[in-house]
Amino acid sequence: GSIDSTIRCWDCRSRRPDPVQILDEAKDGVSSVKVSDHEILSGSVDGRVRRYDLRAGQLYSDYVGSPITSVCFSKDGQCALAASLDSTLRLLDKETGELLGEYTGHRSKAYRLDCVLSEQDTHVGSASEDGHVYFWDLVEGSLALSLAVGRGVVQSLSFHPTLPCLLAATEGQVQLWREESFQPQGDAA
Amino acid sequence: AAAESSDSEEEDLASYGTALQPLQEGERIKKPVPLQEQTVKDAKGRYQRFHGAFTGGFSAGYFNTVGTKEGWTPSAFVSSRQKRADRTILGPEDFMDEEDLSEFGIAPKDITTTDDFASKAKDRIKEKARQIAGVVAAIPGTTAFDDLIGPSKITVGVELLRKMGWKEGQGIGPRVKRKPRRQKPDPAVKVYGCALPPGLSEGSEDEEDEYQPENVTFAPKDVMPVDLTPKENVHGLGYKGLDPSQALFGASGREHLNLFTGGSEDTSNLLGDLRHSKGRKLGITGQAFGVGALEEEDDDIYATETLSKYDTVLKDEEPGDGLYGWTAPKQYKSKKRSEREVKYIGKILDGFSLASKSSTPSKIYPPPDLPRNYRPVHYFRPVIAAGNENSRLQKALEESTGKLECDTTHQSRHALNASQRGERIGETGLKGPAPSVLEYLSEKDRERLKEVKQASEQQMKAKMLPQQSRNSRFQPASPDDASHKWQMLLGGQLANAGSSDFKPFARDPEKQKRYESFVKSLKQGEKDTLEHYLDPSMTEWERGREQEEFFRAAMFYKSSNSTLSSRFTRAKYEDDVDKVEVPRDQENDLDDKETAVKMKMFGKLTRDKFEWHPEKLLCRRFNVPDPYPDSSIVGLPKVKRDKYSVFNFLTLPEPTTSVTEATNEKIQQNNSLNKSKKPSRWDVSDKEKEKKDSISEFISLARSKADVQQQPPVPAREECGTGPSETLPTEVTNEDKDQEEESRPSMDLFKAIFVSSSDEKSSSSEEESDEEQQPTTLVIDPETTKQADLPDGSSSDIQGKNVAATTDPGISLLPTSKQELDATEEFGPKLPPAFSSGGFPGPSRKEKHRKHREKHKTKREHKQKKEKKKKHKKQKNKGKHKNKKSEKDSSSDTADSSDSLSDTDTPGLSPKELLRR
Repeated sequence: GSIDSTIRCWDCRSRRPDPVQILDEAKDGVSSVKVSDHEILSGSVDGRVRRYDLRAGQLYSDYVGSPITSVCFSKDGQCALAASLDSTLRLLDKETGELLGEYTGHRSKAYRLDCVLSEQDTHVGSASEDGHVYFWDLVEGSLALSLAVGRGVVQSLSFHPTLPCLLAATEGQVQLWREESFQPQGDAA
Repeated sequence: AAAESSDSEEEDLASYGTALQPLQEGERIKKPVPLQEQTVKDAKGRYQRFHGAFTGGFSAGYFNTVGTKEGWTPSAFVSSRQKRADRTILGPEDFMDEEDLSEFGIAPKDITTTDDFASKAKDRIKEKARQIAGVVAAIPGTTAFDDLIGPSKITVGVELLRKMGWKEGQGIGPRVKRKPRRQKPDPAVKVYGCALPPGLSEGSEDEEDEYQPENVTFAPKDVMPVDLTPKENVHGLGYKGLDPSQALFGASGREHLNLFTGGSEDTSNLLGDLRHSKGRKLGITGQAFGVGALEEEDDDIYATETLSKYDTVLKDEEPGDGLYGWTAPKQYKSKKRSEREVKYIGKILDGFSLASKSSTPSKIYPPPDLPRNYRPVHYFRPVIAAGNENSRLQKALEESTGKLECDTTHQSRHALNASQRGERIGETGLKGPAPSVLEYLSEKDRERLKEVKQASEQQMKAKMLPQQSRNSRFQPASPDDASHKWQMLLGGQLANAGSSDFKPFARDPEKQKRYESFVKSLKQGEKDTLEHYLDPSMTEWERGREQEEFFRAAMFYKSSNSTLSSRFTRAKYEDDVDKVEVPRDQENDLDDKETAVKMKMFGKLTRDKFEWHPEKLLCRRFNVPDPYPDSSIVGLPKVKRDKYSVFNFLTLPEPTTSVTEATNEKIQQNNSLNKSKKPSRWDVSDKEKEKKDSISEFISLARSKADVQQQPPVPAREECGTGPSETLPTEVTNEDKDQEEESRPSMDLFKAIFVSSSDEKSSSSEEESDEEQQPTTLVIDPETTKQADLPDGSSSDIQGKNVAATTDPGISLLPTSKQELDATEEFGPKLPPAFSSGGFPGPSRKEKHRKHREKHKTKREHKQKKEKKKKHKKQKNKGKHKNKKSEKDSSSDTADSSDSLSDTDTPGLSPKELLRR
């Protein structure tokens, strides 16, 4: 995903420097790209979430309205989560584009902030500009947790795909968060 | 693992030279073309072979034959029975290359006069002149051979003349009653010399005069063309070569001639003194040949001249040989003329007599002194709005045209821009900031730009001033000086001036080419070669100017390039292609989606679904079967469409509509603001003016007339167009709606700025046609009516009819007539309605009306189309006009006066006067 409003796909196996395909449907910079086994999900500053389905040969474009900062698939592959600059996370049905849930409470106005889904798809998480990481219950949409990570903007956020484990980056440090019951083995921090 | 290790090894190695292009998968290394297979081709792509450097360069054709590798193939062969190959006669041109037929080839083709139109052979007059020339020529007698061999062809002109009754030897013109002998030298006689012996011809004429019948006319005299052949030989003055006819035929030839001349001296005059060689029968004689051993008449050899041959008394020479006026005016004297006439030197034409009183010599006024800085070249000075940001551009243009000081104070009213005009009539200027590209730059950039510009300008001026004071106006700075100066100025900056995107002379490709090579050479720092790229056919002065222009262009480019270039991107579509590839499916209207999002109705409303073709390789890497195995498309399917078709953009989302809407709103607001000022439709924005070059002149001409009659020029169109509105939105009344229509020309402004942008095309494609016509047609209207009226002298016809039209039922049948008449009333020159009745005697008014109406009808048919379009505007305009009238002070306006004029009958005025008003 590029600021020149394209998504470029390279073939890692060949040594060709030029991309295999350029997806230039976006009207503005592409802020986020996620890839599943047969799809490419992208969020663009033009306020659209685009999903290229290679298997079906279709492009689905969902209009959200506000510039998208981050997108991600749910683990079951049925939903797509999109964070946008109107301080809202939206959970969209992948197939129909319907809105399944909306999550607000954090602050996302200027930065390109990440959003995550927990390993079980039970919670939705997002970084915030107020130095917290917010977690909502996926189904109810209620704020479940707000982690005070630091004072600055939480720049990046990443959730472990299988374990309840969160990485957060803020103010020049990376923090790893685990559940309380977790006992570090060996010298792992 | 092995590969990895090798990679790491590579990193340790030092590499030299440029790496080869990485090979693609499955690609094989190309073998170089062996020397014997490398071929030489010419510009046209034909093969050429070398014959070796020392034996003659290239060979022609195929091994110097006209054949080909396959042999000789007749091109005219057609195999079918019905269609026979038509026989073509091949000329040498068929075997020539195109280069040979070009301007510098061996058989250049260019336009020449054909024989039919070339004057030749039988043209006696020319013939005479030629013969004279031939006799004087270096090799005498060549023309005589031409006569023998030349084809008997008559030119078209001669043929026409003959059909009109002309005969050879006669002059051209109406027949005259004159003495035949005098005007008409005997056509049979070839008169080479100057004069007949005075006594002889004088006497004969006198005799003939007496027998002159009264009613006989004669053809005018044939005019002998003055032979102005330059002296090209090295002979002495007056020397004539031998006449070959004399030389070859000797005495017999002379005798033959003598038969006709009747003992005159003509021929002998022509050929020098031949009388002395009377006795000889044959042989070449002449002064040039010196003394032969066989010459008998020694005394004549040196042509000793006796005094008896010379005139000892000054006397009048007899005119009538047709040569007067050529050497010197000869005195024409006849005994009957009075003394006074004798004093007059020169010939008095028949029917004229010398004036008794000499006319007072006409006063000669000396031409005005040219101003010291006058340059004999006309500069086209594009009209650019001075004052705001445009002054920069204006300055640059002026400098480039060499005009350094401008006198804005002396500019005409129409050269002023809106704000200046406003100032003159004492208006407070509009507050909105002027539109400019600079507006869109950030503050910092603008300042930087300004600094750069100022610095360069000062630098320039500092360099220019001493130069200018040194050189006079008529003598441009010598190119050497200039180039040196500029080089110093620009050398450093240009060194890194990169791309050649900037094409200041794109209109003139030749010039652009020159400019590019110029920049290139400048970059390389070559000083001497600067002259080479300039057109050698230009004059020194032009060259100097162009060089200066180039320098300036380079300079201008330099200062703005770096700062501006990053702000713009390349056009998506080429300008000159009418078909563009447009995605077949477009994400549809955003407005609906916006509302859907607001209502949180995600799903169908917010979703667009397109067919999308992934790349095959991408499918493979994703381990997914290709959804469209037999399609060659990648990405979204595209359709070729007309670039400017409306349908392309119907689906295009908001940028077009919202922007135009916004601007329209702004315009409306501004207009409502300016309502008191009443923007007149005559005010075309300056930028627009620039666009229409030649037309604009015409328009301004017409406008200048119209303005006098109509409103005072009220500007502010420019400001309304793009300036952001600072005012509160006011109610949109009916008036405003009208004004919204009125304000359309401002779209032209947009167009001027964003010419290539396709956006506004979509929204205003229908309007455009109107708009483009509107300014021109509107303004031209009065002109055309005037022109139509003027020639027949009855300039009152329209006006007169207008008055009648209101009562005349016949005219009201036509739907548009009323409006149109209104229009003429409005735009045309105001004329007193009763004029036709009062000013014109003769046919009754009714009759005249009918005539005029017919005339007018045809005219109307022409106009009707235009008129229909503008109908609304006219109506509204008229209404406004009235409004204005009521608002206006009675003292202020000329329009009022003209109105009142039209109301009151003033039969005493001539149409010309009225028009002038």
